[in-house]
Amino acid sequence: MTARVITITSGKGGVGKTTTTANVGVALALLGKRVVCLDGDIGLRNLDVVLGLENRIVYDLVDVIEGRCKLRQAMIKDKRLSELYLLPASQKRDKSAVRPDDLKKLCEDLRPDHDYILIDSAAGIEEGFRTAIAPADEVVIVTNPEVSAVRDADRVVGLVEAAEKGPARLIVNRLKPGLVQRGDMLDTSDVLDILAIDLIGIVPEDETVLISTNRGNPAAFDEKSRAGLAFRNIARRITGEDVPFQTFREETGLFGRFSRLLRRDGRTA
Amino acid sequence: MSTDGIIIKGSRDGLVVTLGSGAWHNALADFEARLTASPEFFKGARVGLNVGPRRLTEIDARAARDLLVRYDVILWAIISADEETQHVAAMLGMDAAVPQRETKTRPVEAPVPTPPPPQPEHSSSDEVELGLVVRRTLRSGQSLRHTGSVAVVGDVNPGAEIVAGGDVVVWGKLRGTVHAGAMGDEAAIVCALDLAPTQLRIAQHIARSPEDRRRKPVPEVARVRSGKIVAESWEAK
Repeated sequence: MTARVITITSGKGGVGKTTTTANVGVALALLGKRVVCLDGDIGLRNLDVVLGLENRIVYDLVDVIEGRCKLRQAMIKDKRLSELYLLPASQKRDKSAVRPDDLKKLCEDLRPDHDYILIDSAAGIEEGFRTAIAPADEVVIVTNPEVSAVRDADRVVGLVEAAEKGPARLIVNRLKPGLVQRGDMLDTSDVLDILAIDLIGIVPEDETVLISTNRGNPAAFDEKSRAGLAFRNIARRITGEDVPFQTFREETGLFGRFSRLLRRDGRTA
Repeated sequence: MSTDGIIIKGSRDGLVVTLGSGAWHNALADFEARLTASPEFFKGARVGLNVGPRRLTEIDARAARDLLVRYDVILWAIISADEETQHVAAMLGMDAAVPQRETKTRPVEAPVPTPPPPQPEHSSSDEVELGLVVRRTLRSGQSLRHTGSVAVVGDVNPGAEIVAGGDVVVWGKLRGTVHAGAMGDEAAIVCALDLAPTQLRIAQHIARSPEDRRRKPVPEVARVRSGKIVAESWEAK
């Protein structure tokens, strides 16, 4: 078995690439897969913080590429899951420290011993993005249901196609069901109408994500978190399982809860 | 057909302009005449100049670049079989080689077996161009330029751009920016299954889509009527 390399990117910053990488990585490892989460955002290191592994970093990606340490020395084993590893970015250098071929070579070295390599891409469409998609077998694009994020995602879909890494798949992150119901937010169907690529997950806005991110304990561990469930479903879809999409509704007050009881129609929520 | 021998083609990387034969400054002057004739079509374009077997000096190449800059055109390549010329282009930071990629990645284009007969409505200086058919969705940041008419089978997303000398037909949703008749043809039309462009231009006329959210999309045709761009439902005739 050789690992599948999946790059998570978005164009626009702040849509949840790092959170998605961490949570999908955790969820895949919970399924018993051997996973490496690789931080491709050289100079703006974050993935270690979200995974709660910041204090264990000795060597980083750039140290491996420049030969100051062995690959194994830079890989940090997760404190909860034995088959989850982090390969942290350098915080002192910038994007020019890693070339597309360096990352390709690194992934080739990682492939034999793992099932999935998730690369957290830098925002933008420049060097960092180009490097991050170079080794990818598949590209996953994260977007938010807002016009500017979708516009950037569309640009990235085009660039991924041009780089012959397509077709990319899509995660719609931070969907607010209440706003969608009132017609104040783009719905997933509006996003898909523009982007016309396969959907691999919808993650609802969820406070537990923010809290768990700050604590370095990804929401995918949390059985009760709605977003955590969404990330676990994404992981199952990545492994090829056919998982029906959740339907999200905002239950406000007694009536909302009551109507939900009446609407129990067997769809997974 | 025109007499200056200039051939303009759209490619994925931008326009490729093949100059006519004859002395360099004459060929360049002929091209400038084209630029002056339809500045709107060339504005903001990326152009690769195919100079044929000519040997260009650095001064020649710079002259071409400086000329194009005056019309807001970027010279991205000088295409030549001559090694010396390729060297000059590379020195100026341009692409030099004959782009093989062009034939591979280029959108499907109808072959031209014989030149079509000249049509009486068109003035004799206009090239009679066959249409360009593109079978994919144009996404944000992607741009398509063609001297003839353009048909897109797919969507034109917001942030994408089409500039055509002739008509633009979109078998899909048109939400980007489109300019038909960009070389001055007021008779050009734009039609789409869902006509909701960010901005629509025909010849020198400019229109925006209404701000209000549209109900059910219907196929529409936009054309110039008494100096204004109007969109009409396809069925209403």
